[in-house]
Amino acid sequence: MRELIAERLKGVTAKPLFTAGKMTAAQKIGIALLVAAVIVAPILFQGFGQLFMIRIIAVIGLYIILALGLNIVVGYAGLLDFGRIAFYAVGAYVAMWVGIPLAGLLGETLEGWSYFLVLPIGGLVACVVGLLLGLPVMRLRGDYLAIVTLGFGEIVRICLTNNIFGITNGAAGLPGSGDSLAAPAGLAWLRRNVHFTIGNNFEFTFTSNIYWYFVIFALVALSILVIRNLDNSRLGRSWAAVREDEVAAQAMGVNTTVAKLYAFVIGAFFGGIAGVTFSYFQAFVSPESFTFLESVLVLAIVVIGGMGSIPGVIFGALAIQGIPEFIRGFASAGWFGNLSAETVSAISNYRYLVFGALMVFMMAVRPQGLIPQTRRARELLGEYDAIDGHELDAREPGDRANSTRGRA
Amino acid sequence: MTSHLMEARGATIRFGGLTAVDNVDMYVDVGEIVALIGPNGAGKTTYFNMLTGIYKPTEGDILFNGASIVGKAPHVIARQGISRTFQNIRLFPALSAIENVMIGRHMRTKTGALGALFKTPPARKEEQQIQADAEKWLAFVGLSGVANELASSLPYGAQRRLEIARALATEPQLICLDEPAAGMNPQETAELNLLVGRIRDAGVTVFLIEHDMKVVMEIAERIYVLDFGKLIAQGTPREVQNNPAVIEAYLGLGADALMAKHLDEGGDDA
Repeated sequence: MRELIAERLKGVTAKPLFTAGKMTAAQKIGIALLVAAVIVAPILFQGFGQLFMIRIIAVIGLYIILALGLNIVVGYAGLLDFGRIAFYAVGAYVAMWVGIPLAGLLGETLEGWSYFLVLPIGGLVACVVGLLLGLPVMRLRGDYLAIVTLGFGEIVRICLTNNIFGITNGAAGLPGSGDSLAAPAGLAWLRRNVHFTIGNNFEFTFTSNIYWYFVIFALVALSILVIRNLDNSRLGRSWAAVREDEVAAQAMGVNTTVAKLYAFVIGAFFGGIAGVTFSYFQAFVSPESFTFLESVLVLAIVVIGGMGSIPGVIFGALAIQGIPEFIRGFASAGWFGNLSAETVSAISNYRYLVFGALMVFMMAVRPQGLIPQTRRARELLGEYDAIDGHELDAREPGDRANSTRGRA
Repeated sequence: MTSHLMEARGATIRFGGLTAVDNVDMYVDVGEIVALIGPNGAGKTTYFNMLTGIYKPTEGDILFNGASIVGKAPHVIARQGISRTFQNIRLFPALSAIENVMIGRHMRTKTGALGALFKTPPARKEEQQIQADAEKWLAFVGLSGVANELASSLPYGAQRRLEIARALATEPQLICLDEPAAGMNPQETAELNLLVGRIRDAGVTVFLIEHDMKVVMEIAERIYVLDFGKLIAQGTPREVQNNPAVIEAYLGLGADALMAKHLDEGGDDA
């Protein structure tokens, strides 16, 4: 039999999926260069006085974490989620609710550490919220799930705006007057001691922005390391199974509801920690940071970058969140001549129009994204006509009834 | 009293006005190879779908190891020891052959989210074990050489056997094969017959739907025949082969018998 198959497979190139986790030397060098660039960039920008660039790149980092979380839900488990920003909001507000009292409680010697204590708390609270939302809605699929998550995102934002339970300070945001988050651990020391000049034009001071820049990219690196592991794991495989054929996955003993819940909850965790970091980074949160448009933006990052692909997500965040911000930053800095503030903000608002068109274009031309995950690309490009052909087999009448029910 | 591995009592399922499976009693004992046959649309696959929890019977009961499995979710039934293949092959097409079989190991392994995220030593060890087990089952069905090929790139017969390997990887007590020989050439069919024998020898009871009568007569020890959802015959291959009801279901009545039936039913001659 083996000879027979071997004969049949002549000319079919083997695609060793199993070694997907191992990197080539070129990839390793590429990653080393990328890491070096991430470390050196803020030092150069700070030294040459282009401070807005540091903030922009740090925010891109936050969006990378957010999109990595959403990527688990959309890319790995194949669930469409339009309300991811709600978990970002949960993390951000938990940071304020816990961080401010915690800073007071720990006293002066320890208060700088409150961020690092709040970080896991915010992540876990987001997980719990994700679980509470996920439990009832995991039976839904596709469009239905998208609508419920969209509604959830809006409900969270409206609750925040309406000062629910009197703890969100409404549209004015947190912290309220008189409160503030603790300065991060070690910042004062770094500010005092890390200071140098090279020649006349280069003057480096360790600022709060630089501090958060490095914290954010440390988190990005940790998130990537951890999420990479999911790909070739029992859990990651169960997601692939659920995505490709839910009926077959169940027949193999995969509890599809639990598998999807895992994706939802793990995804929520990354939203939560991004939110906590955002809160401390900005030292201020208000509901307007968590609009539906933000959810769409994060989804666009995942879709355009390439569902299921970590490099895709990074590239997507750079393109979707980065390019408009860079343009706005350069415009505000006067690089394009003297533009009025209105013109600058109008330019940046047109980006949504561009993203809409870009999404439609991508779906039509390159549904697998710019840097696709190999497996996902195969699914979306339908490189498996052999099996699809047999889907046309006469099914028994009940089969059709079942598939309709499954979709509802 | 019930020593059967699987037993259906009056199993019935209706879809609207259509009774797809009608009051069926059947059983499968440990170590048997039992076939379920019948013309197209007889309700065979629907019966399999009830047995594996995809449908819930409208009436009646299905027992597995003496306990009812009616109303249990498919993954729960799978965990209790019933595995299956599908008539219209349902592999995970964009996954490699070995990954397909590794998903079969899912329910017999336990690495959770934290183990997966942090690749803990136990998780790593289990992952290696999953891979080794999957390789073992691939070898069992003779697909070792194509472990890293995409499931969808395999030839049809190999896909059928990959589905069997995936089902076996769940360590079932009962494996339900839905038309395993469909679309196979004579050589592949002959090899399938040997494979089914080896599955049984490995301690897994086999329950199969098959259209290829040559396969059924060769490997099945007992046969059930469904027609329009009703059980019309059962017995050894020889008994079933000579059963007039079965011949009628498959070939229709001869002209004489048709006329006699027509007159019996009181039809007029016009």
